[in-house]
Formats: sequence, structure tokens, C-alpha cells
Amino acid sequence: MQDKVLTADEVVAGLSDGMTIGIGGWGSRRKPMALVRAILRSPLRDLTLVSYGGPDVGLLCAAGKLRKLVHGFVSLDSVPLDPHFRAARQRGELEVAEYDEGMVLAGLRAAAARLPFLPTRAGLGSDVMALNPDLRTVTSPYADGEELVAMPALQLDVALVHLNRADRYGSAQYLGPDPYFDDLMCAAAQRSYVSCEEIVPTERLLENGPPQSLLLNRTHTDGVVETPNGAHFTSCAPDYGRDEAFQRHYAASAKPEAWEAFRAQFLDGDEQTYQKAVAAFHAQESAGQNP
Amino acid sequence: MITRAEVCAVACADTWQDAGAALASPFGTIPSIGARLARLTTAPDLLLTDGEAMLLSATTALGEESSSPVEGWMPYGRVLDMLAGGRRRVMMGASQVDRYGNQNISRIGPWDRPKVQLIGVRGAPGNSVNHTTNYWVAKHSERVFVESVDLVSGIGHDRARQVGARFHDVRVVVTDLAVLDFTGPDSSMRLRSVHPGVDVADVQSRTGFELAVDDVAETRLPTDQELELIRGTIDPRNLRDQEVPA
Repeated sequence: MQDKVLTADEVVAGLSDGMTIGIGGWGSRRKPMALVRAILRSPLRDLTLVSYGGPDVGLLCAAGKLRKLVHGFVSLDSVPLDPHFRAARQRGELEVAEYDEGMVLAGLRAAAARLPFLPTRAGLGSDVMALNPDLRTVTSPYADGEELVAMPALQLDVALVHLNRADRYGSAQYLGPDPYFDDLMCAAAQRSYVSCEEIVPTERLLENGPPQSLLLNRTHTDGVVETPNGAHFTSCAPDYGRDEAFQRHYAASAKPEAWEAFRAQFLDGDEQTYQKAVAAFHAQESAGQNP
Repeated sequence: MITRAEVCAVACADTWQDAGAALASPFGTIPSIGARLARLTTAPDLLLTDGEAMLLSATTALGEESSSPVEGWMPYGRVLDMLAGGRRRVMMGASQVDRYGNQNISRIGPWDRPKVQLIGVRGAPGNSVNHTTNYWVAKHSERVFVESVDLVSGIGHDRARQVGARFHDVRVVVTDLAVLDFTGPDSSMRLRSVHPGVDVADVQSRTGFELAVDDVAETRLPTDQELELIRGTIDPRNLRDQEVPA
């Protein structure tokens, strides 16, 4: 079997400007943040991102990496709105295709099944149709004659997802309460990369969770990256919850000057530097030294 | 002394009364109290989640979901499939809503360069064409109740008619002042009841379009049992007053 272990930087080195990238997770939950941080360190640009958006969107906006965002929402869950996404939109910088959440699901399912579209009711009558002037409707050929939205396939060049465990060959496991849409993202993509908290021998996968927790099989994955704490600061249950203090700090640092300092402190170095800086942030915070 | 927040919570609870076995999806503190109250009184078959992926069998206090036994699994993918099947009833928020119940939570101002970027359309288009959808507005004002919303996220009765949305069912808007429905001319917004202490003119003056007004009732008060459940069981920390100040 092919050994698929890579580093985050190796994954990103294989991506190209202008690609359409799907990012897994949901809002501020189990996002492949270490892979996002690797993109921030790279010269990649003009990306189109498909995401149930969270701080992945915010960070890529802040770094000017995105040309276009395909989404149903952008939220940090405990903080309602991502300030970087908001600022980029209000400056008129970011092109968006905004869909209902269920339309994004239909689009991914269509791509995963190699269908040109899937019919859905979601979107009918709303301004989602006017926001996306290329969207068409389709009429049922049966007696009901119902008109439905023909949601086009959301084909991805690459999918990036983060799970709890994986083996070296690309079988991967979620241990939290929700798989989100990570398997569909991978199935909708030409190539998929999974980062995980820990790479374990295949025979140990079922020590952690039942067979249903094995979300990705080897056909889903082209590379496996071990990135402990790699979803930080989003949640990665049961390994860890969301780092609420750090997320608040991220959101509060969105103004240009504060952002310079945040970037220098956390994002300008490699992943190890990031994780050390986060630990230092918490040490300071428990000592009551953070503003 | 019964508070305004308690009157609002009961008005929200009443929207789930006839839902049967359906997934209740409340957004906001007062709707969350309302859904729990409904399950403890008139609508025992409602399904409630912990806000993530678990269906809870017991109706716990706000913020104490982990103390309830789990009766099922409801990850996001299943929620989206459930809503397409119609066995769900939501109460969403609204940054703007118009006289036919068109709702906006996406953005204010021009689409390409919004004055204020909000959360995005989320599930509002799908909710409003697939199953009963109600709204909660914590601060009734002309900024929310507008002649025309900047972007239609949840669709109103005029739009639903145009596209033949056969499962569209936007029924009620509960606010801190009143309960409104869509039984006015051409399914336009009608003032159903004002909360105790509010008069009809207050509501009209804080609404950016003409409301249908005929026989306006007074919103009912909570029963003793409902008050006890709200204060003792569902919201002992009084989070409701943060959303609707007494």
C-alpha cells in the first residue's frame, strides 16, 4: 500500500494559484487550521474557497489569498461574525457565491456523484438566485411539473480536512459528535489531503472508535499529515474543545495595527512556532497579563 | 411580577404547540426557552438538540445540556436532510423583515460591497421553502421592519406564491412588543396581539410599513405552571432578561 504521509508544507507546495479548494469542518469546528496556516506561509494566491465558513475564511481573507468564496455562511460560532471576512466584504475585495447551506450540500453531492447538478427546493424564490445569475432551475418531467433549483456540481481541485486519527495509507477517523461534510468534500475533489491529531497503525484504528467513525477510506485521500493540535483554535472533540480565549483574541485583533502584532506573534513562523506562541499566550493569560 | 421576557417566551412556545413530532430549531435565548417550554407543556413530542449533534431526551436548563440523556443523533448533514423532509420547525432571527415575511440575515446595503456584511443566508432559503418558519425579533424597530429588505434570505408570502413553493409556511413574528402574523390582505403582516403594557400605536410607530390592524388582542400571560417552569427549570440563571430587559 502506498505510504501517503506528508508534511503540511509538502501538501501546500503541491497546490497552485487559482485552484478551487474545499475546506472541511463547520464554522469554528474541526477546521484544518494547520494546513490553512501553511497556505498563509506560502506564495499561493487567487484561490477559490468552498467552505462552511469559519476562521479558515477569515485568515485567508486577512492574508489576501482569496479571489472568491463559495459559502452559505461565515461564523465563529461563539463570536457571531468573522471580522476579517466582514472587512474584506465591506471593502468590496472579495467575490462571493452565496448559497443556502443545503445548496452547498447538494452541490457537493452532485460533484461526488459526477452529476452536473442536483435538484433542490432550497434557494427558490430567494435572492440566492439573483446573487448567482448563472443558477438555473429545472422542471420535473413527471406529472407534478414542479420547478426546482438545479444546483450545479461544486467540483473541487483539492479538499483539505482535519480528522482525529488516520493511518499512513489514508484511512481516517472522526471521534467527535459530527462528521460535518468532510467525506463529501473529499469525494467532490480531484485530490484530498487529511491532517490528523495522530497517525496510528491501521490495526489500532478501532481501538478509538466504532467502524462508523472511519469516515475516509483510501480512495478519499492523497496525503496524510500528522498535525497535533492542528485544528487549533477551532474545536476538535474529543481531543480538545475550541480555544475560546484565543478565538476572542483573534477576533479582537482584526484592526490593521493589532493585526500586524497578531501576525508577527503567531503566523509569521512555522507551525511549531505557532503552537509555542499559543502556549505562551495562555501562560500570560493565566498570569493576568493579557489586555 | 411577570416580565416582558416571560410574556415573549410564552408567545414563542405557542408557535410550537401544534408541531407534533418535529425537530425544533430555536435561534436565540427567548426562542430556546419557548421551545423547551412547549416540550414541557403542549408539545411533548418535539425533538431538541444540544446545539451540536445530540438529540436530548430530557428538557434541561439553558446551558446544562450535558446533564440530559441522549435519545438520538442529529449531525448537520441530517438536519439538512430533515428540513428537506419537512419534519422541522424553526424560529429564526431577522435583521430585516418586510410586510410579506421576506427576511434578511445576509447583508445590509449593496450586494457587491455591503455597508454591513452579516452572517450570510445560512439555511434561511431552504427553511422557508421547506417547512414552518417563524421569526423572533428582540428589539422591534423601523430598522428591522422595513418596506423592502436589502436581500431576501428567507422568502415571504409574495415570493412563495410567485414560485409555487408548496411547503412555504411563514406564520408568526414574535417581538418584544407584539405577536404578528400574515393573515392581512394578500398574506400581509397583521398585528395579532400586543404584549401587556404596549399599545397598538407604539407598534405601528416602530414598524416601517402599514400593518393590518383589526381586532388586536392582548398577548396572553404565562400560566402559573409556565412561570414556574421558566423560572425554576428552564432558565434559572435568568438569561432571558439579557435579551429582553425587564
